[in-house]
Amino acid sequence: MKRYLLKQLLARIPLLIGITLISFMVIHLAPGKPTQLQTEMNPKVSYEAIQRLEKLYGLDQPLYVQYWRWLSRLVRFDFGISFQDNRLVLDKIVERIPITLFLSFLSLIIVFLVALPIGVISAVRHNSLLDKTLTVLVFIGFAAPGFWVALLLMQLFSVKLGWLPVSGIRSFGTEHFSLMEQVVDVGKHVVLPVFVATSGSLAGISRYMRGSMLNVIRQDYIRTARAKGLPEGLVIYKHALRNALLPIVTILGLSLPGLLGGAVISETIFGIPGLGRLFFEGVMARDYPLVMGGLVMGAVLTLLGNLLADVAYGLVDPRIRILGEERPAG
Amino acid sequence: MTLFRNKLALFGTVLIGFLVVIALLAPLLAPYDPSEIDLSSRLTGPSREHLLGTDQLGRDVFSRMLYGARISLSVGFVAVGISVLIGIFLGSIAGYFGGRLDTLIMRFVDVMLCFPTLFLILAIIAILGPNIFNVMVVIGITSWMGVARFIRAEILSLKEQEFILAARAIGASPFRIIVRHLIPNGITPVLVSATLGIAGAILTESVLSFLGIGVQPPRVSWGSILIEGKSVLDVAWWLMLFPGLAILVTVLAYNLLGEGLRDLLDPRLRDQI
Repeated sequence: MKRYLLKQLLARIPLLIGITLISFMVIHLAPGKPTQLQTEMNPKVSYEAIQRLEKLYGLDQPLYVQYWRWLSRLVRFDFGISFQDNRLVLDKIVERIPITLFLSFLSLIIVFLVALPIGVISAVRHNSLLDKTLTVLVFIGFAAPGFWVALLLMQLFSVKLGWLPVSGIRSFGTEHFSLMEQVVDVGKHVVLPVFVATSGSLAGISRYMRGSMLNVIRQDYIRTARAKGLPEGLVIYKHALRNALLPIVTILGLSLPGLLGGAVISETIFGIPGLGRLFFEGVMARDYPLVMGGLVMGAVLTLLGNLLADVAYGLVDPRIRILGEERPAG
Repeated sequence: MTLFRNKLALFGTVLIGFLVVIALLAPLLAPYDPSEIDLSSRLTGPSREHLLGTDQLGRDVFSRMLYGARISLSVGFVAVGISVLIGIFLGSIAGYFGGRLDTLIMRFVDVMLCFPTLFLILAIIAILGPNIFNVMVVIGITSWMGVARFIRAEILSLKEQEFILAARAIGASPFRIIVRHLIPNGITPVLVSATLGIAGAILTESVLSFLGIGVQPPRVSWGSILIEGKSVLDVAWWLMLFPGLAILVTVLAYNLLGEGLRDLLDPRLRDQI
C-alpha cells in the first residue's frame, strides 16, 4: 500500500508541470497585451507609462524567462497580482474556493445517491421497459442545456412564485439567525444551482454504473453464486454490486473538472460568488494572472480529486490493499 | 442493419436526418428573412403568421431557428471532425510506435484531462476573440483525448496480429500500415465517441453563446436566440423555450444514436440485442 501511494504521488509530478506549461501557453496565445486594456481606456497614458506597466508585469522579457519566473513564484504559491484590483490572485482565488467546493461536493453526493440506483436497476433489468425509460429520462436531463433549465426554473420559482431567492448564497443580514435558520436560508439559495448541476451529471454516472454492473453480472463467480442456489437478491446486492462499485470510485475523481466547469455557468446565473464566476470575470477582463491562477488551480484541484479517488480505490480494493499490486487495467 | 432494431437508436437517427434536411433546406422553408426587422410586430407570441412568435426586433423566430440549425449542427460536425483528426493522429502514433513517444503523448492526454474543459475553452476564446470559427476550433482542440485513448488501445491490440505482420513483411511503410490497416480496423469505438462528442459540442456552443462569447450577430445559432430571450423572459417565454427545446432534442438524438452504437459494437453486449 505504501508503495502504491508513493507511486500515485510521484506519477502526478510531471502532470503538474504539464499543467503549468499548458496554462502558460494558453495565456500567451493572446495577440493583445493586458497593458493595452488599461491604457486604451485612457488616452492620456504616455508611451513611457505603458513601458513602465509592461516592466512591472515582466511582459518585456522573453517567454521562457516569463515562464521560469512565473513557475518559480508558483512553487511558493505566489500567483501574482490581479490586473483588476491589484489584490493578490491567491487571496482572490482561495476566498472563493470553499463556496464552489461546497456546491460541487453537495451536487456530487446527490448525483451518486440518485445515479447509482438508476444504473443498478438499468443493469439488472437490462433492455426492459424500465431500463429504457430511465435511460431516456437521464439523457433528457443531460441534453437540456443547464443554463436554460436554470433560467426557466429561476423564472418559475424565484420570480413568478417567489418561493426561492433570485441570487446569492445567503440572504442579507442573516448572520444573527439561529443555526437552523441559516441552514434553511442557504438551502433555499443552493437548491436550484445544485438541481441544475445534478440533472446534467446523472446520465454519465448512471450509464457508467450500468455498464460496470452489466460487466460484473456476466462474470463466472456470479454464475457460480446463482448455480449454488443463492437467492437473486443476494447475488445482485452482495456479490455483484460490491464489485461493480469498485471502478465507480475512480469516476468520483473524474467528475470534478465537469463540476468546476459547470460552476462557471451556475454561479454566473445565480450570482454566487465562487471560483467559476471569478474565473469568468477574469477572462472577460483579460486579467492574465487571475486567469492563469484560476486555470492552474482548477487543474490542481482536479489532480487532487483523482489522487484522492485513486487512494480510496487502493483502500477498497483488496488486491492493492493487501498485495500491493497494480490496479487491473480498465 | 442491426442498429435499427434498437428503437431508441432508430429514433435518434431519424431525428438527426430530419434536422439535417431542415438545416439544408432552411432558405426554402423559412417564411421570412431571419434578420428582417419589423418593429411593428415586436415580441408577438406564436400565431399563424409567426409560428414561433417574434423577438425584440420583430424578427421571425421560426425562420431564425431554421437558420440557427445550420450553425448549431455544423458546430457539432466541424468541432468533432477536428477532435477526431487530432485524436486519431496522436492516438495512432502513440499506439504504433510505443516507447517514449507513447509515454509523452499519453502524459499530454492526462494533463489535458486535468483541466476543467470549460475553463480552458473560456480562456482560449477570450484570448482569440469570439467568433464561430474559433468556437469550433477550440471545442475541437479541447476534446480529442477520448478519441486518442480509444484508437491507441485498439492499435495496441491490433498491431501484434498476423495481418499487420504480413503487411510489414511485404515492406509496407508505417504510415501505410497505420492508415490502411490499423485505423480502419480500430475505428469503431471512435464512432461512438464522435457521436457523443457532437452532442457535447452542440451543448458547449450554446453555453458559449449564452456567455456572450460564442456566435456573434448577424449569425444566429440556437444558443444566441436563447440568450436574446433571457432579458424578456417575463413577457416572451417563446424566445427561450423553443431554442432550448431544439438543443435538447438534438443532443438527445445524438446521445441515443451513440448509445445504440455502443451497445451494438460492444462484443460483450452484442449477443444480447
